[in-house]
Amino acid sequence: MNAELALAGDALVRATPLIIAGLAVAFAFRGGVFNIGAEGQLLVGAIAATAVTLSSGEMLGRLAVVLAIIAGAIAGAAWAWIAAELKRRFHVLEIISTIMLNFIAIHLVSFLVRGPLQEPTRIYPQTETFIRSARLPVLVPGTRLHMGFALAIVLAIGLAWAFKRTAFGFRVRATGASPSAAKVAGLIDTEKTSLIVFLVSGALAGIAGSVEVSGVTFALYENLSPGYGYTAIAVALIAGLNPVGIIASGIFFGILETGASALQREFAIPSSLASVVEATLIIAALTIAAVRGRHTLIQPVKS
Amino acid sequence: MSAIETFLQGTVRTATPLAFAALGETVVERSGVINIGLEGAIIAGAFGGFAAAGYGSTWIGFVGAMLAGVAIAAVFAFFAVHVRADQIITGTAISLLGLGATATLYRQLYGATGAGLSIPTMGVTRVPLLSSIPLIGSPLFAQPAITYLLYLIIPAVWWWMYHTHAGLGLRATGEDPRAVVVAGIPAKKIQLLSVLFGGALGGIAGGVLVIAQAGSFAEGMSAGRGFIAIAIVVLGRWHPLGVAAAALIFGAASALQYFFQAMGWTLPYQAFLVLPYVLTLLGLAGIAGKATPPAGLGKWQDQR
Repeated sequence: MNAELALAGDALVRATPLIIAGLAVAFAFRGGVFNIGAEGQLLVGAIAATAVTLSSGEMLGRLAVVLAIIAGAIAGAAWAWIAAELKRRFHVLEIISTIMLNFIAIHLVSFLVRGPLQEPTRIYPQTETFIRSARLPVLVPGTRLHMGFALAIVLAIGLAWAFKRTAFGFRVRATGASPSAAKVAGLIDTEKTSLIVFLVSGALAGIAGSVEVSGVTFALYENLSPGYGYTAIAVALIAGLNPVGIIASGIFFGILETGASALQREFAIPSSLASVVEATLIIAALTIAAVRGRHTLIQPVKS
Repeated sequence: MSAIETFLQGTVRTATPLAFAALGETVVERSGVINIGLEGAIIAGAFGGFAAAGYGSTWIGFVGAMLAGVAIAAVFAFFAVHVRADQIITGTAISLLGLGATATLYRQLYGATGAGLSIPTMGVTRVPLLSSIPLIGSPLFAQPAITYLLYLIIPAVWWWMYHTHAGLGLRATGEDPRAVVVAGIPAKKIQLLSVLFGGALGGIAGGVLVIAQAGSFAEGMSAGRGFIAIAIVVLGRWHPLGVAAAALIFGAASALQYFFQAMGWTLPYQAFLVLPYVLTLLGLAGIAGKATPPAGLGKWQDQR
């Protein structure tokens, strides 16, 4: 029973960054921004959260967790801002720039955990471990499930509400649906909206990274993310870019990936099979959309 | 060999897979299709090359690499060109598929560790006379034989694209596929064949990584080269010769680390690893407003 509870907890732990990063992707896609860079934004979020926690964890106690999440959000937004600025000033496609920024973030983590942020003994390529008070509290005793999961649910519902009920959500959807129409209608500054979409999307992905270090790994190291940012694209698309649906698809992928790891342990079935399933699901979702006559899930912002 | 020759040789070596992949993508994009799944074709090619070269010949390896690239490109072509699903998202899924499927197959066929497996690699073939030219002779003409195939294919594609009727059809399709259809040119067929050609060259690029360079397969060893190649196509302004030049610039950036090592200058090794990605961003920003993509690039599905 307890082992099963722990396993269920692990699936939800795995789902947490997928849901938050999935929201990041969905928000961007809905707003017409092709942010493939959730992976990189997640990693810089993890870096910032780690730096804040290690430098001020003992001083601030519980407050350190909150600060870490805010720092992660800011770092993620800043990383996305680079792509936003490259697009606004130089018309660099964000598909390419965000992928490049992903690779840069990966090497940045590698540099930091072998250099400035390495643990004091200088043996392992990772940072010091977070002190207990600077970690996200456990949500269900007997599992690893942490408060980050609750945060993911709150963010999803908040985003769903913002899309439906706020003027800002309307502007984002209108810009995403047809930037030229939104502009001609004269009510919407599409360029500004697009920038905000980049920043919010990056901030969400950054939060995913900070939640992962504060709730699960308690340290920064290479391969911290097994491609959460890429899986998040599948999570968002399967859910039809619907924030509440992303809770379900995130949990589904969490189970899939946790199950894949278990299959690898028990039956030596490679866990990378999970990404094959994910890719197949994306293509299936697209084909269904195409057959129904909707040939694009998103519209790129034309500049 | 002098430090500068080592640097130039490294430049050509690193540029070779990028140039193969980017040249293929150039043809694809000139037909009006953007295949972000190029990364998937490269990793598929790397795996196919690895598996096929195990049969004893490096050339069989390259055939395997090419077929693997074509196979995964065919999946992209079916969904993105035939069904007209969103090209960008299909391409993203194809990259994910390639990376996942090769990792799965590799672990299944060669065991979870799989480390230490190696295959016959393609050694350096020195071209008589040409390789004796001072300074550039060795870097250009003391390379694995597959590099010389690239030297033939670049001008061939350029000539085909700009001096044949079929090449004109390709370029016209990329500008306005619907107008081309009205004129009786089979736009869809052109796009399908272009994507397969792009897959073949992407596959060879992956084969180069395994057969002519690493001598073994590693999960995710394509390391974003597909995306860098797409950037190279933009920097080369969708022109085969421009693309070849842009690939060389990228090769030079990556080869800088050999030069630094030779000079005894030290920097964190990650600084060299990020250089191609940073250069991609700077390059794309630098060409702002000067490069015009094919007018119909990625757009057909919007217009229906």
